[in-house]
Amino acid sequence: MMRFLLKRLGGAVVVLALVAVLVFCLTRLASGDPVALLLGDQATAADIAQARAQYGLDQPLPVQFGLWVGELLQGNLGQSLFLQRPVAQALLERAEPTLFLALFAVGIAALVGVPCGMAAAVWRGSATDQAVSGVAMLGASVPSFWLGLILIQLFAVKLGWFPASGYGDPTATLGERLSHLMLPALVLGLLNSALIIRFTRASMLDILGEDYVRTARAKGLPEGTIMVKHVLRNALVPIVTVLGLTMALMIGGTVVTETVFNLPGVGNLVVRAVLRRDYPVIQGTLLVIAAIYVFINLAIDFLYTLVDPRIRLEAP
Amino acid sequence: MNPSPSFWHRLRAVLRRLFARKVVLAAAIVITLVASIAVVFPWVSDADPNALSISERLRAPSGTHWAGTDELGRDVLLRIVHGARYSLLIGLVTAAGAVLLGTLLGMFAGFFRKLDAPLMRVVDAMMSFPDILLGIALVSILGVSLWNVMLALVIVYTPRVARVVRATTLVLRELLFVDAARALGVRTHLILWRHILPNLMSPILVQVTFIFAYAILAEAGLSFLGVGVPPDIPTWGTMIAGSLDYADKAFWTIFAPGVAIVLTALSLQMLGDGVRDLLDPKLKKTV
Repeated sequence: MMRFLLKRLGGAVVVLALVAVLVFCLTRLASGDPVALLLGDQATAADIAQARAQYGLDQPLPVQFGLWVGELLQGNLGQSLFLQRPVAQALLERAEPTLFLALFAVGIAALVGVPCGMAAAVWRGSATDQAVSGVAMLGASVPSFWLGLILIQLFAVKLGWFPASGYGDPTATLGERLSHLMLPALVLGLLNSALIIRFTRASMLDILGEDYVRTARAKGLPEGTIMVKHVLRNALVPIVTVLGLTMALMIGGTVVTETVFNLPGVGNLVVRAVLRRDYPVIQGTLLVIAAIYVFINLAIDFLYTLVDPRIRLEAP
Repeated sequence: MNPSPSFWHRLRAVLRRLFARKVVLAAAIVITLVASIAVVFPWVSDADPNALSISERLRAPSGTHWAGTDELGRDVLLRIVHGARYSLLIGLVTAAGAVLLGTLLGMFAGFFRKLDAPLMRVVDAMMSFPDILLGIALVSILGVSLWNVMLALVIVYTPRVARVVRATTLVLRELLFVDAARALGVRTHLILWRHILPNLMSPILVQVTFIFAYAILAEAGLSFLGVGVPPDIPTWGTMIAGSLDYADKAFWTIFAPGVAIVLTALSLQMLGDGVRDLLDPKLKKTV
């Protein structure tokens, strides 16, 4: 077991190293000089050269990469070119809306997705099953920003139930915050429930085929008891996994929704940084988002080996 | 070489089974309709989708403008029809490119043990970014243009195809007919081409339809963020992005192109689902 875990950990470290290289290459291949953007039209060539030297942008690329990685290993994400503060601080300031949004949205996705997927599995092949499959596919076919715009028109402009954009002023109460997050969370939750529905249905069906379910039926247990005690309980592990993965993907995948609703979150930070070529912010944010994804994956694998000993044995 | 009559016979049988489910048939009809309109309409009509008409600004849907006009007085329906060409082109090119590259990578990773770990770690690294984020980063590097959006989307979706193809190749590699071919001294590239590739066709076909749909959605998202197709090209995404500020006054300007996206993406995924059921009867039974 120890060997399997170490191997998995090693794999994750390699992936993270590749992510760092990828992120660095992505930002440095981009056209456009951040320093020229930063200093504006009035800057002289000498000003620009001096600023470039100040940010280390005059060094050869391998040296820049080395310096960046060196700082990273000391836990330092660098300094933003535009925001006059460290990248880590900018990230932390933006983390709250994104984190709450992701949690809220995963909650909605689970509330919609798990019961729908269960119903589809229990009545497999029925009209219910087909309707649920259709709805799941519809969820995967709707552009998030378009659904956002429609919900804004309906619930914010016409009905006035929820605010159309923003995150409230800094003194807003938790209730006001949640009401700001309601519509964006609804968009992300509904659209992501498609995956949860499919996953719940598939894992329930997997377990419905197991011998112990047949045994339970044979000894005459009521169908409801079988579903809840035997099927759902065992299907819960993969379902919780996919909820975790959805959460991980959402932390960076809220970009479009944050833009529609003008939420000051991490996604918004990245988009602005990309448009301004704020290298340190792009690099730092992308790296952190990818790292969160890799670590959630790793954590899920570890938990699996604890829960299900068969996985350790099957591991090469 | 002409296909023999038995080929047509078999094709008919396959199509009959594919369209046994009415939704799959409906999906195929919608896609055919959208594609034919996109291809044929610009030939029969030279109406300019970018023709401005200040006096006709923001007109609600009516007899003359079935889907209304936008903030510059352009006919929304006409632009949707022209937009279909670009949106479908983006979907098609992205799906073809990603599937071609992804199949190649996945096949090599699955077949050659030495290549597996390095290739798949790169795939893992690329897949640890959310699609849209990688798309944004790539388009901002490449620059905003129609072709760059397609290139970026190909790069985004290639790892996904590679992962699916690799998994299937790993299974195929151990099968008896591959062993037999190897024992007979068949060259490696021929084993890949004649024995592995044909058996990968069903997952590949399913991937084509799904990536086609995802690419149309992703283009819309990227154009919305301003890192997609330039605004003067009418794609369904740029239409919504362009009329954003008029959503309150003229809801139809953003509603109609969105419906076009949903309808097309949904049909593509339904068709993909149908193809998957057809090609993999075992999957249908369990999942």
